[in-house]
Amino acid sequence: MNWDWNAVSEFMPHFWDGLLVTLQILVLGSAISFALGLVWALLMRVPSRWVTWPVGVVTEFVRNTPLLVQLFFLFYVLPEWNVTFSALTTGVVGIGLHYSTYTMQVYRAGIEAVPVGQWEAATALNLPLRRTWTAVILPQAVRRVVPALGNYVISMLKDTPLLMAITVLEMLGEARLFSQQNFQFTEPLTVIGVAFIVISYLASLALRALERRLVH
Amino acid sequence: MTSGLWELVLQGVWVTIQLLVLSALLATAVSFVVGVARTHRLWIVRFLAGFYTEVFRGTSALVMIFWVFFVLPPAFGWQLVPLWAGTLALGLTYGAYGAEIVRGALVAVDPAQKEGGIALSFTPWQRMRLILLPQAVPEMIPPFSNLLVELLKGTALVSIMGMGDLAFSGNLVRLALQESAEIYTYILLIYFVIAFLLTRVMRGLEKKLKAGVGKTAPKSGTVTPEPAGIGGAR
Repeated sequence: MNWDWNAVSEFMPHFWDGLLVTLQILVLGSAISFALGLVWALLMRVPSRWVTWPVGVVTEFVRNTPLLVQLFFLFYVLPEWNVTFSALTTGVVGIGLHYSTYTMQVYRAGIEAVPVGQWEAATALNLPLRRTWTAVILPQAVRRVVPALGNYVISMLKDTPLLMAITVLEMLGEARLFSQQNFQFTEPLTVIGVAFIVISYLASLALRALERRLVH
Repeated sequence: MTSGLWELVLQGVWVTIQLLVLSALLATAVSFVVGVARTHRLWIVRFLAGFYTEVFRGTSALVMIFWVFFVLPPAFGWQLVPLWAGTLALGLTYGAYGAEIVRGALVAVDPAQKEGGIALSFTPWQRMRLILLPQAVPEMIPPFSNLLVELLKGTALVSIMGMGDLAFSGNLVRLALQESAEIYTYILLIYFVIAFLLTRVMRGLEKKLKAGVGKTAPKSGTVTPEPAGIGGAR
């Protein structure tokens, strides 16, 4: 096994480019999944089978099929329907949609964990439905689920390399490009592997600190 | 879609299932070995097992696949057949997630059970085999079922390395027909059906195992799904 530090230092500028794209995907993808997941969770509480059933089926389907194939679907099928996005946008939408089907379960658990007394108090105070949700239920539910949502951000980080398959140059994409140009696979792949471990470890430490602050 | 193209898809299904079974076996072995090692009485064993899970859960499965395909061959001088390389990468990665499930279930067994084993002067291995595992394994099945679906979704990653699995056959058909909506819909449906069958089988297994220790499985099979990358909660 021969390790070439020159290759590492040559790769580093590409690495920072890739890291920036990865973080972009992560931030935008999380934003989409948090928002959309809340929408799914609220739709699942609409007291009509005509709403809950289709939402349930669609989200179950998205959750149980590979993100990679979903990305291919968005990337190749949308242009056929004359909807064209950049590869990065497509990827962010795809990953956000995929993870929204997980975050919806988190929100659901959070909403169900709000004590019944809170609902009854809102009814007793004659709060309109909208105020009940925005002022009573959601503030309590969301606070509880922040750590769980954070876990999904970490797992989303580990799925960002999939966007390489639809030509997005994030960390793994940059590493592959560099490897193919210079015929050096070991160094770039190891650098990004270590980078993933370091980032997700730091993120889980930060998350645990946040969890402690929220609980107490 | 012509019958020739369907044949291609069927071959893809076969490769996906082979890969799924092999990597599930490896992942199960890894999860039990590492998970049990994390409850070992020597700190060095616990530390090494913890280090393993931390490393393999910290990195991305796709990066691991790239590493096994491109870095292992020149580094150690052996080239793996793609099927085994995929099995190795997926089995080691998902085994690390499984190890957390095993550890969690072992820790959740009532401490009095372990103390009972000590009082009866069982050896640690006898305690594990006769007291802890029989009670812990049924509790592991629902999270393992979720992990299995995650593993199925993970098998699609090998198509990036050019292995002819289901996702790869979808790409071939797209290139042949110059049309993608239909074939990708079929591919997604096939994955969904496999995932559905897997969860059914696992639910049956859970019922059977729980009956063996005198418990009943929860009626509604709603287990909160967890993604493969669950980070916190150690």
